[in-house]
Amino acid sequence: MAHRLRGAAAITGLGITPMGRIYGKSSTDFAVDAVRLAIADAGLEKSDIDGLLINAGITGFSGQGVSLQLQNALGMGNLRLLNHMNAAGSTAAQMVQYATLAIDAGMARHVVCVFADAPLQQGGSSAAAYGNAGRRAGPTGILGLSAGAGHFGANTSYALAARRHMSLYGTTQDQLGAIAVAERSWATMNPHAKMRDPLTLEEYHASRWIVEPLHLLDCCLVSNGAVAVIVSPPDEAKDMPQPPVYVHGMGQGHPGDSRRAGDAPETETGARLAAETVFRMAGVGPEDIDVCELYDCYTYTVLVTLEDYGFCKKGEGGAFVEDGKLGPGGSLPTNTGGGQLSAYYMWGMTPLSEAIIQGRGQGGERQVEKNDLILSTGNGGALSYHASLILSPHAN
Amino acid sequence: MADSPPVKPVSQPDELTEPFFAAGQEGRLLLATCDSCGEMRLPTSPTCPTCLGEGLSWNEVSGRGTVYTFGIMHQRYHPAWEPDLPYNIAVVELDEGPRMPANIIGVSNDEIAVGMAVEVAWEHEGEAPVPRFRPVA
Repeated sequence: MAHRLRGAAAITGLGITPMGRIYGKSSTDFAVDAVRLAIADAGLEKSDIDGLLINAGITGFSGQGVSLQLQNALGMGNLRLLNHMNAAGSTAAQMVQYATLAIDAGMARHVVCVFADAPLQQGGSSAAAYGNAGRRAGPTGILGLSAGAGHFGANTSYALAARRHMSLYGTTQDQLGAIAVAERSWATMNPHAKMRDPLTLEEYHASRWIVEPLHLLDCCLVSNGAVAVIVSPPDEAKDMPQPPVYVHGMGQGHPGDSRRAGDAPETETGARLAAETVFRMAGVGPEDIDVCELYDCYTYTVLVTLEDYGFCKKGEGGAFVEDGKLGPGGSLPTNTGGGQLSAYYMWGMTPLSEAIIQGRGQGGERQVEKNDLILSTGNGGALSYHASLILSPHAN
Repeated sequence: MADSPPVKPVSQPDELTEPFFAAGQEGRLLLATCDSCGEMRLPTSPTCPTCLGEGLSWNEVSGRGTVYTFGIMHQRYHPAWEPDLPYNIAVVELDEGPRMPANIIGVSNDEIAVGMAVEVAWEHEGEAPVPRFRPVA
């Protein structure tokens, strides 16, 4: 018997602002633009919106991010659902989950979920935008030992995780590179993508080291911009202008890190726990998934996520991706818009927005043939927080 | 104002970890032992994350462990670290179980390997003690 909540809500609106090195707008400005676009896309009026969930990006950590004040910037009165959420890169999927639950509970009808960020400043590098945002002025205690050893930012954390996997399982640089190459192939067909020139494995290897074993092209972009989606009840979704994309499965997994022997958060992630829940709710398994839109802050994140969802065995992710099956024409189309590596970095909205586009059949040149079941994941922290959705163009 | 050279940020003791850093000044490594369950840890909170018990005592340990993972920093993030590029950063798994971030010294970056046996070697940045590790001879 199908899960009671399978198909309990549908995504009916999508708004994507221009993204990248775009200056002169605050996170809140971008958020307003994305919400306006999403409302128009869904064929709704502003007054139809009665729920608003907000996720600030890295600028949220420095107090410059979009806040609850967005409600007033949008002039939205009488909201029945409002929150500012942050479980890092897993938040976008989580917002759709909580919106779905609220709609099922009758708490709200049309819920806007929005992510916005504007860390890039004119003349500044991406590394400055991100690495410096994570730098603490005065490290203290045990947690301060990282900064004291010269560990700055997420690039280092993910390099340490990737190295552990390479050492345990023999994963190679070529295999990480295969992910970057496959995603770039998709990006060449995505008008939203920042990096649209084809990429060879040789060019991947030639890109400079950031934190070995991660090359520049193992790392995501940094973008200014915003993405908003609207979640609606299924009985209304079917009569709205866009092809509805239904929520079939929802799951989360947050493994924590005891920082002691016996734990392996670098190589066995929260995706394992989320996989059990999301597949059970959707009543399917990895073999049924047609398209993957996986959070890809780094190439390695894609590899370990594929393992943890059971697309291959633990430790075999390298061999799994090496033959190019993630790319155009491959057997498991993955990150079909180019992902965060080659298209745009809107935290969990990068995979989610592309999942919606593919679910609607609006991928143009890059549209996959079979889109019945789409897995869209979000990951945050250093593989610390994970949430996922299984989406489908079919109501049930 | 004269330009002073950039200084590496170094972790400073807080109330909880004062004994840890004081022992480091003397080249000794202490771990906290939970008074309730006996688990040894590098404490980030006065409460034991295993049993949620309160109260801990500090005990000197061997300072030996193995490299759990490591990376080589090439990107400049902090001006004080620039002369050291490329430098290594490792996570060392102590024989008693806790893992700690540290640089590996006394060996070239090319020779560091996961599983390599190491022991603590306290160094100083200015006045502050910094735990680093060197390969066991």
